[in-house]
Amino acid sequence: MRVALFVPCFVDVLKPGVAVAVCRVLSRLGHDVIYPEGQTCCGQPALNAGFHRDATCLARRLLDLLAKADPDAVVSPSGSCVLALRTAMEGDHHLLERVFEFSQFLTDRLGVTDIGAKFTGRVTWHDACHPLRELRIREGPRRLLQAVQGLELVEMEPSDECCGFGGTFAVKAPLVSTGMGERKLKAIEDSGAAFVSSTESSCLMQIEGLLEKRGSAVRPIHLAEILGGGAHE
Amino acid sequence: MNRGGGLTDRIRRAIKDPVLPGNVLRATNTSLKKRDETVAERPDWEDLRERAAKVKDHVLANLDRYLAEFVENARLRGAHVHFAKDAAAARRIITELARRKGATRILKAKSMATEEVELNQAFTARGFTPLETDLGEFIVQLRDEPPSHITAPALHCSAEQIRDLFAREGVTDGRAPTDRRELATWLSLSARAHLRDRLLEADLGITGANFLVAETGTVALIENEGNIRLTVTSTPVTVSLVGIDKLLPKLTDLATMLPLLTRSATGQRMTSYFQLISGALDEHHIVLLDNGRIDALRDPENREILRCIRCGACMNVCPVYRTVGGHAYGWTYPGPIGSLLSPLWRGRGEDHQLPFLSSLCGACTDICPVKIPIHEHLLRMRREAVSAGRRGIPERLAFRIFRYVMQRPGLYRRAARITKRLLPAAARAGLLRRWTDTRAAPQPAPRSFKEMWREDGPRFSKDP
Repeated sequence: MRVALFVPCFVDVLKPGVAVAVCRVLSRLGHDVIYPEGQTCCGQPALNAGFHRDATCLARRLLDLLAKADPDAVVSPSGSCVLALRTAMEGDHHLLERVFEFSQFLTDRLGVTDIGAKFTGRVTWHDACHPLRELRIREGPRRLLQAVQGLELVEMEPSDECCGFGGTFAVKAPLVSTGMGERKLKAIEDSGAAFVSSTESSCLMQIEGLLEKRGSAVRPIHLAEILGGGAHE
Repeated sequence: MNRGGGLTDRIRRAIKDPVLPGNVLRATNTSLKKRDETVAERPDWEDLRERAAKVKDHVLANLDRYLAEFVENARLRGAHVHFAKDAAAARRIITELARRKGATRILKAKSMATEEVELNQAFTARGFTPLETDLGEFIVQLRDEPPSHITAPALHCSAEQIRDLFAREGVTDGRAPTDRRELATWLSLSARAHLRDRLLEADLGITGANFLVAETGTVALIENEGNIRLTVTSTPVTVSLVGIDKLLPKLTDLATMLPLLTRSATGQRMTSYFQLISGALDEHHIVLLDNGRIDALRDPENREILRCIRCGACMNVCPVYRTVGGHAYGWTYPGPIGSLLSPLWRGRGEDHQLPFLSSLCGACTDICPVKIPIHEHLLRMRREAVSAGRRGIPERLAFRIFRYVMQRPGLYRRAARITKRLLPAAARAGLLRRWTDTRAAPQPAPRSFKEMWREDGPRFSKDP
């Protein structure tokens, strides 16, 4: 399959390793991975701030650009950005039905759960809000993780409460955002895991910032980095 | 803890409070757990939600018809029906009635509508304060503050705080039990003994309502403490102040609504008491409250929001509410649904900030028993705030620049490179304090993905 990568802007700049990992996994599964150049932002910050027209304009721009590469599927390591495209376009773009969040592409589109990855460590899973409640992603990533050799999945309680990131919310209401994040951190630490993983680099950025500030030993790691083999393999 | 100061001040005060966040978290966790357990017992939960949403949508689309039907049937059964256009009218009708009856000893059952119109304050200004008979309401009344949750008014207080409050106010005497569970029982029994005599000697009782039934002119009330039953039966005159959004067409609709309400609110299959009042009281005045509801319904987009049956589940599950509690929101209805109702029904300047006080996590939408897509409406209200020009110039300018840059990949590259270079210095200079005060600054990668792809792209496809 010819798969185009949609790399969200903050992944591009802050966490490029996540996109590299997605690329590795897809290639390992025998797909032809392309990266249409000229990608910027999907428009999510504008969308959530109420600047709908600006968001729609950027979402359309990105979808048109991806469509030009004529891919069989578009895959992104962010369910939140995939959702932003759908919401901004109100479902009205021919490419949308071929745009997938990374884990959902693997489990639902390809029907794959074991991709032969190895990872040593105890991992807890953070159910990010948009993938969980809007894209209904819950069991898929867990199945993918359980199939990883050497990985022990431990649940945090609760796993599905917001980490407090919420895009510009994190800086518009920093105290509330941090209060929410601290509860997430407690859940992570109580789980006894050495790593916290998610489909979203944005949540992991919030969690990482908080973990680092309090000097925690727990490390955030994107699902793709576990499956694609990275620094911790 | 009260509602003074601006939104930011109230949030800060709530978060910095030594006990409030813990109290709120404990209480909401308990409610959620019980809610989940009792919801799990109903395999037809989703059907119930669908049905309830349909019933409410139907009523709200035909409100004039059902209002007329309710008024006619309530009057046939001997009730006096009044209509209050706004909060001032509601206060006037009720205080005037009390004056006419010479009522000075006034009881109040738990009611958010009376909080909404600030009825107690109106009575206090006339020299007699109604006595709150609901335990939670009684506690917040002693603390001289409004409720912080619509079904659990004193949810932000710990048993220890209530113990000290009751001792100070002479509600309890003697030594309080040290065991937490025993303490809670002891406190409620003490309050009961304290309130009992005054409950039996009052001359006016004021209630709210959970539902109004049009076909029978019935006022439906649920409760656990028996105080509402006493309030309506021990007084010669009863007033019920009820928002017109609480109408249901038929008595049988209660069979859909009640299980959704009690399970969502307190995780109970049914509350301890359940009253259907249709013409049984000596003198019953029903005050139908508009106060912004009809205006809100003029826009059909808002109809879903007025489905709300005030269970409070969206508050219990909301990570923002769980962090700041109810007072921070600044009006009678806190939490996610309050962030929709406050701008709609009250609409003061600061109320329009509330839709932005959310991470849009959507937990409210998932839990809502009448399927209000709460977070989608929060987002819609943000859009409306932007198109109405209510957002500040700096933000509007920022998004104009944002869009300009993001439409131009070359400019985006340059902006990304500059950001990367300036980020550490900006963090050191304290320009990112809204992030870095509580979180470590993110570290930009040495190369962007695009640069990596250009240089190493083909190697990504090989196994590492």
